[in-house]
Amino acid sequence: MNWEFILGRSLSSAIGSDAAVFALAAIGLNLHFGYTGLLNFGQVAFMALGAYGLSVTVATLGLSLWWGIPIGLALSVTLALLLGLPTLRLRADYLAIVTIAASEIVRFVARSVSMRGVTGGSFGLSGFADEFYAVNPIPGGSYGFGVVQFSARALWVIAVAWGLVAIISLMVYVLMHSPWGRVLRSIREDEDAARSLGKNVYSYKMQSLVLGGLFGTIGGFMYAISQQSVQPDTYSTPVTFYCYAIIILGGTARVLGPVLGSMIFWGLLSFTDTALRQAVGAGYIPTAIMDGTQVGQSRFVLLGLGLMLLMIFRPQGILGDRREIALDAH
Amino acid sequence: MPTDTWVDGVTPEPGVAKPDPILVVDGVTRRFGGLKAVDVEHVEFQRGAITALIGPNGAGKTTFFNLLTGFDRPDAGTWTFDGRRMAGMAAHKVARIGMVRTFQLTKALSRLTVMENMKLGATKQKGESFARALLPPLWRKQERDIEERALDLLARFKLDNKRDDFAGTLSGGQRKLLEMARALMVQPDIVMLDEPMAGVNPALTQSLLGHVKDLRTQGMSVLFVEHDMDVVRDISDWVVVMAEGKIISEGTPDHIGQDRKVIDAYLGASHDAPTTAEEERQQLAAAEAALDAESDEREQLQQ
Repeated sequence: MNWEFILGRSLSSAIGSDAAVFALAAIGLNLHFGYTGLLNFGQVAFMALGAYGLSVTVATLGLSLWWGIPIGLALSVTLALLLGLPTLRLRADYLAIVTIAASEIVRFVARSVSMRGVTGGSFGLSGFADEFYAVNPIPGGSYGFGVVQFSARALWVIAVAWGLVAIISLMVYVLMHSPWGRVLRSIREDEDAARSLGKNVYSYKMQSLVLGGLFGTIGGFMYAISQQSVQPDTYSTPVTFYCYAIIILGGTARVLGPVLGSMIFWGLLSFTDTALRQAVGAGYIPTAIMDGTQVGQSRFVLLGLGLMLLMIFRPQGILGDRREIALDAH
Repeated sequence: MPTDTWVDGVTPEPGVAKPDPILVVDGVTRRFGGLKAVDVEHVEFQRGAITALIGPNGAGKTTFFNLLTGFDRPDAGTWTFDGRRMAGMAAHKVARIGMVRTFQLTKALSRLTVMENMKLGATKQKGESFARALLPPLWRKQERDIEERALDLLARFKLDNKRDDFAGTLSGGQRKLLEMARALMVQPDIVMLDEPMAGVNPALTQSLLGHVKDLRTQGMSVLFVEHDMDVVRDISDWVVVMAEGKIISEGTPDHIGQDRKVIDAYLGASHDAPTTAEEERQQLAAAEAALDAESDEREQLQQ
């Protein structure tokens, strides 16, 4: 077993663009679920709108990539309003039902045959992010140390994505230490109490839904750019639940919870993947138990096991506050 | 004991006019299926007075509260607060114009600190708008002023040493105190307390009563729902009695105590007061046991 390779791959994943993309989406979800108490089960829909907003603008409409950004953001706000208008006055579980349905609707529309001319149907779209790579200031070559190596292109995506994570985390930090953030947290605790103190609960919930959705959409932009392609089935329901796993892992209602959570999530996934592959390859794990083709699924089993252990021994997540969880039990 | 003299000029009968009403209710009804939970023809509440709203269980007191404060919508009816028409107004707007309520089941915001609970109560906060929240210099000064006001109130309610604790760690009585203090952060004209003394030990009841009387001294009007007749007699200037959704009697606490209709309403529907000496002893023992348990708990908390 080549531990240097295993650890190097894990580290590459932990600081790679996927980790940054999921950190962005999870920051949005943390705003919804962690701070406002909104049960959004369709965060992936906001990511999909970002990815498709960008790719359709370039590949189908023939416009500049930079037009894709406002278009994607506008689509995201529209979806948040559509979801929120009928459900935010109702109990929390209605939003959960509507969002999970909406995220599937977005995916099915994107992959439908009749949309093939626009979204590329189930094949998706590709090769739309050249403008992004054209402005890459990093000279060509390979960067990194040991087995952790990134091409200039990959490094450019990583730098922009983590830069966005930093800016948005700072924004969330400022917001959550402001009276605005205090109102959101009070809504999470008890809507009626917030209402009785003169807070327009509906409006704040809507603001939270829109803003968190926008962060997911920005994550979707970066996901599409990093892969230079979009495929509808990338944006299926499990993505939302990865985001939940990430914020629970890192600590809900913590500014850096989703960031750390995403790094650990992707790092661990890569670690179990390469470690299992090597163990199978070296014969440490007999093929009667597992062969190379089963590694892909098994790593999620192990990750699930890890999450269960975390819930038992550290239910507040890595950055969470144990006292807050204790209060939850009341 | 009430010191106001306005009560002398008011006939104790349901729906009677008050010399200076702050809240006037007309024809408010609310049905739940076939049940008419609230059916109030006309009632007025005097400004600057403590009015108790009493009645047997299921009389519609809390529903009436919910209607007046915008937490529920009536099927019919209008009411004015300080001359302003209120029917159909959203709950948060009701609070903003100066009518603030508390809840029967205390709503402390558990995972906010005591200080955050208090600061939330302040209205017209610049930092509560999204855009301005992003620029702290715009709201820092106001935040400091709010904090100062909150500290004053916390000191008055003897919660200042708990300011940085999560509200969820407070005892039941302390939560009641916090909820009342938080309501005062809104700077209301009328405070609506839904069973402020429920589940509070007798020692704390005295302190809570003191605070309610303070509100009147500071010029606020108070309307509160209560079951304990001793409390009602102690602090209220005027008592309004509800039964089966209707106002059946009004008057001073002394008058209400002798009103046949009130006694019938209580005895006819449900009967909380002890009827025999044995029952009274049992109730007393239960109350003392509860009191001991609470004081033990407080000692443990202090340790």
